[in-house]
Amino acid sequence: MEELIRKLTAAYGPSGRETEVADIIEGLLKGKVDSIRRDALGNLICEKKGTAPNGKRIMLAAHMDQIGLIVTHAEKEGFLRVSNIGGISNANSRMRRVRFANGVQGVLVEQPLKPGETSSLRAYYIDIGAKDAAEALTLVQLGDVAVYAEECFPIGKHRLAAPAMDDRSACALLVSLMQDLSAIKDTVIAVFSTQEEVGCRGSQTAAYSVEPDIGIALDVTLCGDLPEDHKVAINLGEGPAIKVMDAGSISNPELVQALLAAAKRVKVACQREVLPYGGTDARSMQMSRGGMPVCTVSIPCRNVHSAVEIVDLRDMDGAKKVILGYLKG
Amino acid sequence: MDLKTLCDMQGISGREEKVRRVVRDACVKAFGADAVALDGLGSVIATRKGSNPKKPRVMLAAHMDEVGLLIVSATEEGLLRFRAIGGVDSRVLVSKRVRVGYDTPEKPSLQGVIGAMAIHQQTAEDRKAVLPIEQLYIDIGAKDKAEAERTAPAGTLATFDTLYTPFGEGCVLAKAFDDRVGVYNLLRLLDAPYEGDLVFAFTSQEEAGCRGAVTAGYRVQPDIALILECTSANDLGETPEAQQVCQVGQGVCVSFMDNASIGNADLYRAMLAVGDQNAISHQIKQFVSGGNDAGAIQRSGAGSLTLALSVPCRNIHSPACVCSLKDIDSQEALVRAYLKSI
Repeated sequence: MEELIRKLTAAYGPSGRETEVADIIEGLLKGKVDSIRRDALGNLICEKKGTAPNGKRIMLAAHMDQIGLIVTHAEKEGFLRVSNIGGISNANSRMRRVRFANGVQGVLVEQPLKPGETSSLRAYYIDIGAKDAAEALTLVQLGDVAVYAEECFPIGKHRLAAPAMDDRSACALLVSLMQDLSAIKDTVIAVFSTQEEVGCRGSQTAAYSVEPDIGIALDVTLCGDLPEDHKVAINLGEGPAIKVMDAGSISNPELVQALLAAAKRVKVACQREVLPYGGTDARSMQMSRGGMPVCTVSIPCRNVHSAVEIVDLRDMDGAKKVILGYLKG
Repeated sequence: MDLKTLCDMQGISGREEKVRRVVRDACVKAFGADAVALDGLGSVIATRKGSNPKKPRVMLAAHMDEVGLLIVSATEEGLLRFRAIGGVDSRVLVSKRVRVGYDTPEKPSLQGVIGAMAIHQQTAEDRKAVLPIEQLYIDIGAKDKAEAERTAPAGTLATFDTLYTPFGEGCVLAKAFDDRVGVYNLLRLLDAPYEGDLVFAFTSQEEAGCRGAVTAGYRVQPDIALILECTSANDLGETPEAQQVCQVGQGVCVSFMDNASIGNADLYRAMLAVGDQNAISHQIKQFVSGGNDAGAIQRSGAGSLTLALSVPCRNIHSPACVCSLKDIDSQEALVRAYLKSI
């Protein structure tokens, strides 16, 4: 699992630019599933057929995209103006090293604030060391996207920190799960989705074409075990979280119970998650076509939407066991 | 159909019938009645069957509707209270002329003018304040509430009273360039050479939240969709270059992202290359703002590759929008050249 996380968090893939991540995952799952295809939005859709002719279709979705900064303009002096892709926090971005798809690196700088002025991304720029706009535009083009350049590193005994743990940790979980999944009666469709960070866009079209009976999103969730920050009752390292509700979806109660029952069977301690914000691919799946029961299995993650998102490997192993337990029934 | 006629036509979101009529007639004339559908939300969808099924199914979309005003009630004095349909900045409204109601052969629309407190009565503070739409009134010269309610009952629409006017070096001003320029160019493209299926969608209710495009996208299910739009050129006064979005006169705007969609990255690069290779004047939209039908069409059904191509427009969503005729032509030329390239 650790190796998978390292490999996937090292990949470049902001919303709308997920091809590199998809290529890696396709390589990892080739031969392990019955079919792999991509759709117009770039979703990678991997299907493992069930043994029962009347089996259900279960869609498991983990999003490949990460938040980023899209270049909108090059100033005369060679600095790049940007706009956010997804929920970029200014505080988490200030003076950060960033990188582009082609390897160009830069630093993201906030101009000095005038008295009374509030922080705005309009007052940020990326310095890529260019002497003027012309040179800058030979290195990076308008519409290119920068992501945090931090690399994955271990922290403590069981934990890893990296940008894009949201949601590559769940991609790693889903890859590992599909690699180990033996044939069961239901058909399992692993969807590595695109553009979740800009509004669960990829999973919307994927759910339409996959036509599942049940949808389960795999995503990270916030932790409340931090100093002066106890907004949610989720602790890192205390097991995967079964989502009861967030701002985007109310999980189907029977599905929540089924996942909790599976956790009991495989002896994994789970946390129950109620998140007063956010949303996952469950949001778009639940309203696809005629609708379906949905739930999210969450990986607790500290510092979500930063360059140092921290997950605990024990939570991830637990999540894998719970989902496999659920699928095997 | 000339641009003047299209812009001067009244067609607020949900009430696009005048535009729909001329668009439908033009499509029926070009492809026959069987090729032209009207959907439940009032979009016109004209399909030109291709001869080569290997070519991608391409959808070209432009919205017929414009922003405008909706009468909600009358005051005791016979003035009309109103609200906006679509994004209208109340600062552009004071003392503007409007047409209340749609013109029909039997009954012309009423002349109206939007009133507010005279400068003589304003305090220093009043002069700094922006009057919200709730404090503005349309005066139709009615003598009292009863007369106002009789001539312009609640639900009556009002459009900006501006006639299309060329001025300066190839510039034009009008209301409703957003998105009659797209409609105009879609009609010019009905004869564009392309071997695959080509579907022209004239959508409704974009200004009310891209509603027509949801159902139009569902019906068309394209592989590729190009959205012919109008976008804000913020190239006036002291605006820093990084916030100008685009500049009037510099060609059609190719957009990598707005608030409703991220343009397909391959399509975006291909479009820039087509512009370069054919020496068609184009620019990159240098700001992320707004949203258009691309968002709805991209995510309809199993999804499609989308890209918005927009004509820069100063004072967009106001009674006096300004565009350059060259930019309008470059939008049409770029789409035509792109179709040749695939």
